[in-house]
Amino acid sequence: MPAFILRRLAQTLLVLFITSALVFGGLYLVGNPIEILVNPAADEAEKARAAVALGLDRPVLEQYWIFLKGATTGDLGTSFVFGRPALEVILERMPATLELAFLAMIMSVGIGVPLGLYAGLHPHRVSSKAIMAGSILGFSLPTFWVGLLLIMLFAVQLGWLPSTGRGPTEDVFGLSISIFSLEGLRYAFLPSLNLALFKLSLIIRLTRAQVREQALLDYIRFARAKGLPRSRVIGVHLLKNIMIPLVTVIGLELGSVIAFAIVTESIFAWPGMGKLVIDSMFQLDRPVVVAYLLVVVLMFILINLTVDILYAALDPRVRLDGTRA
Amino acid sequence: MRPIIFVLLALASGSVSAQELSIALSTPITSLDPHFHNLSPNNGMSKHFFDPLVKQDEQQHLRPGLAESWRAVDDTTWEFKLRKGVKWHDGSDFSAEDVIATFKRVPNVPNSPSSLAIYTRPIKEAVATDKYTLRLRTERPYPLLPNDLSGVQILPKKVAETARTEDFNSGKAMIGTGPYKFVEYVSGDRVVMTVNDKYWGPRPAFAKVRYRMISNSAARVAALLAGDVRMIEGVPTSDIERLSKDARVTLASAVSNRIIYLHMDSGRERNSPFVTDLAGKPLEANPFRDPRVRKAISKMIDRDAIVSRIMEGQAKPAGQLLPETMSGTSKRLKPEKYDPDGAKKLLAEAGYPNGFGVTLHTPNNRYINDERVAQAVAQFLTRGGIVTKVDAMPSAVFFSRGSKLEFSLLLAGWGAETGENSSPLRSLLATFDATAGMGTSNRGRFSDAGVDALLSSALTTIDDTKRGLMLAAAVEKAVGELQGLVPLHYEVSTWAMRKGITYRARTDQYTFAFEVSPAK
Amino acid sequence: MIREFLRSRIATAALAALVLIVLVAVFAPWIAPQNPYDLAQLDLLDARLAPGGKYLLGTDGQGRDMLSAIFYGLRVSLLVGVASGLIALALGGLLGVFAAYAGGRAEQLLMRVVDIQLGFPAILVALILIAVLGKGVDKIIVALVCVQWAYYARTARSAAVVERNKEYVDAARSLGFSHLRIVLRHLLPNAMPPLIVVGTVQVAHAIALEATLSFLGLGLPTTEPSLGLLIANGYEYLLSGRYWISVYPGLALLATILSINLVGDQLRDQFNPRLAR
Repeated sequence: MPAFILRRLAQTLLVLFITSALVFGGLYLVGNPIEILVNPAADEAEKARAAVALGLDRPVLEQYWIFLKGATTGDLGTSFVFGRPALEVILERMPATLELAFLAMIMSVGIGVPLGLYAGLHPHRVSSKAIMAGSILGFSLPTFWVGLLLIMLFAVQLGWLPSTGRGPTEDVFGLSISIFSLEGLRYAFLPSLNLALFKLSLIIRLTRAQVREQALLDYIRFARAKGLPRSRVIGVHLLKNIMIPLVTVIGLELGSVIAFAIVTESIFAWPGMGKLVIDSMFQLDRPVVVAYLLVVVLMFILINLTVDILYAALDPRVRLDGTRA
Repeated sequence: MRPIIFVLLALASGSVSAQELSIALSTPITSLDPHFHNLSPNNGMSKHFFDPLVKQDEQQHLRPGLAESWRAVDDTTWEFKLRKGVKWHDGSDFSAEDVIATFKRVPNVPNSPSSLAIYTRPIKEAVATDKYTLRLRTERPYPLLPNDLSGVQILPKKVAETARTEDFNSGKAMIGTGPYKFVEYVSGDRVVMTVNDKYWGPRPAFAKVRYRMISNSAARVAALLAGDVRMIEGVPTSDIERLSKDARVTLASAVSNRIIYLHMDSGRERNSPFVTDLAGKPLEANPFRDPRVRKAISKMIDRDAIVSRIMEGQAKPAGQLLPETMSGTSKRLKPEKYDPDGAKKLLAEAGYPNGFGVTLHTPNNRYINDERVAQAVAQFLTRGGIVTKVDAMPSAVFFSRGSKLEFSLLLAGWGAETGENSSPLRSLLATFDATAGMGTSNRGRFSDAGVDALLSSALTTIDDTKRGLMLAAAVEKAVGELQGLVPLHYEVSTWAMRKGITYRARTDQYTFAFEVSPAK
Repeated sequence: MIREFLRSRIATAALAALVLIVLVAVFAPWIAPQNPYDLAQLDLLDARLAPGGKYLLGTDGQGRDMLSAIFYGLRVSLLVGVASGLIALALGGLLGVFAAYAGGRAEQLLMRVVDIQLGFPAILVALILIAVLGKGVDKIIVALVCVQWAYYARTARSAAVVERNKEYVDAARSLGFSHLRIVLRHLLPNAMPPLIVVGTVQVAHAIALEATLSFLGLGLPTTEPSLGLLIANGYEYLLSGRYWISVYPGLALLATILSINLVGDQLRDQFNPRLAR
């Protein structure tokens, strides 16, 4: 196990390195930040000054080299737009995004697994079919569209919830969190719901599929024959076996929730990383985009590592290094 | 819950100023440092806390700010008489020293992506002849110095000499002379301010203001309708009709200083990159070199249809670079009439009786309805014989490519910060000269010696009337006669607010909380 | 097999709807009253008309007939969604299964590449590709494949990891079957069920992703709209009461995705050896 983790960490560094190179190169191809950032009335002298100030007057490879040197000490560059360390700007907005992602995951797992379980155990009931049809709705409509519809319904028409923005925050271990208060939850509810809809549908469907497969297997019949109560059969035996692919998907989806938060945050004016990075992309604020990607990729790697470990723990047939059981 | 609050508030109209005014902006600010980034939202926000020497009113006419009066002593010297008795937010007195220290700071802000140095560069020497008199000497005659200085917010000497950008963002350095004092700033989310009781100018109607940043336009309108904010800027054109019929909402609008126009490749002798013949093969000749082709394009476009259908009335057809009410404009140029037959004749005269093919490039996230305007233009051009394709891209890509002169026909816009005609003329139609700062956005590389001559003499003529006439002559030649670009329309800026408040709409598109007042 | 399929009324109805949709998409140029891609045919003065009269479903902001735009839009959306989904499934599925079978270094390498890919926001990929390649249906498909293959790879690998240790794989190997044969004929089919579930969702996801990219200005050119782009364009009209510009394409999208998934569900159930019917 330790060797496995060590190897993963070594690979992680390689992955981060490649990611930074890809982003650097990619954004360089998109366009020249000076053209976007400098006031169009400015003359050449001003453009030249800006280029020097932002380090853009040097060849791109040299800029990358400077970035790498800084990265070893934790300095991921200074944002062109904000003039502050890029990492600081990202980390400042991270709690907001994580709040949404967390709430969305709770909603989608908390609602999705029970619904999927129900639909899988009673596949022929009308209510089950309704659940499945509803789940298709959840991922057929684009997030941005549903988001505005949610705002129109709950905020404009009914006036029950605020339309946009983040609620009041409190300081928790140095991070500003808004969802520990009722007021904060009111602001977070719609964007989290918007974000959760897609995953909710996926989890319902996957759970149901797994339940339908597993429910017919011998070990379930055996457990029933032994006289175990239904709740134990489902709660312990069935659930444990469907968790494996479910955990993979949840792991995957946690990452994509963060990626999709980009659109939801834009619509709900939620001041998180997603909104920041999309603005930065369109303004060619390269340091912020690079910092964001490194943070996100690192997060993905850690999530996948956790998932792999959980996988091995849940399924004795799986060995992490690929040897036969 | 909300309706009850509104009833209570309406009843308590006597204590209007005690309420908090919440306004939603369309573009987030990037810093509170007034000299860090020469960006519209930043500049607008800084004017709440700080004042410049010269202010611009809602028509962008110059008005006294921290300077009560100014005059040109001679061609290269300006004298500014400063206002007495002005106090900084921390209680200390304002004087000429503060201005000099500010001017020293402006070109030296670290990491600035776009500094205000262009406004202070003409100043060779700044001298305080007494505590409230300032003499500024320029290298060459620079008639627009007061206009430029209206964009430079003044800081106290102590702050100007020691503050860093972070100090402004945290609030430590936010000591100004402006109508509001700093309370809170959460990056990307909100700015909160409270009224400055000692302000030298008219007292704002609202004691507390909360600005929120809501970039998505539909969400912004929803926030207004839901009552989460009392006022929004940048109302999308598609919602104007509905909002004007809504009893809860008032609208305020003004023709802005932003022109939307088409630039054509007048620079290349031949082989313009996206010009083809009708079969789609690249054309060797460059039709855009011929002013008749350019004029034909202008005649082919039904500006009224674009204004009514695409912009839903939120635009004014344009015949030159700035609305006629602004200084330096021509009283003779009118928007080109929709004349498809005349266009066809001109095209035939120029040697293209059957037209040709071209691609129109446009940004899709920069100007109001930019992509849709481009599509409408393409529709008109295609009907007129110039088969046009539209290629829309994010502005990050568009401006980079445009500056590399990769386009043959492009749509762009220009907002005149100085409020007068030399700004668009020199950036869009002057012959490109990087070191002199002329033609910096002249992506069609239009060039005419006569226009250049008129423009250069205008830029060094101190007398306002004479300068105005020269600029009018320049634009009449460049646009009216030679069609260096095809003006389409001026954008109209619209603000929407809940009933009970009004706003003096501005041509420079700024949203100022201190100009919001209760409706009579 | 067909008889069994027809026994489910819902799936049959969905299949019929899907066939109709595909036919409409294929024959759009012939049955649509107007060619919405031809700028010469559009009249700006007809913009934003309500449904009824000459334009059955109304017109959008540019004067495009909504009915025709939906027909052509179906074409593009289906093409983009299905093509990118299939290519990504083939690419990702094969890579994932191969990686699980090969194990060791190769598997780790692929999984790290998957990590990188999953971390890259689709929006950034699209922005870079647009800047380099420009816009177009083929470019969007490339962008969507780039974004999606990693999901398939990861899912396939997880499923195959469980399978590779089973006895039948040992048996096949001891029988002397080639690696390729084992992967293609034994591992891959058993990894299919979760892939199909992910697949049907991913087609919908691809179309929705294309709509989101179009919403941000990074998708298809507006002169050749897909359903997603029509919805994105109509977005700003939702609050203004001109619902038809966004709602009708939305309903068409919904119907398409619903049908694809209902049919996919039925097929998956039928082909799953582990389900007794």
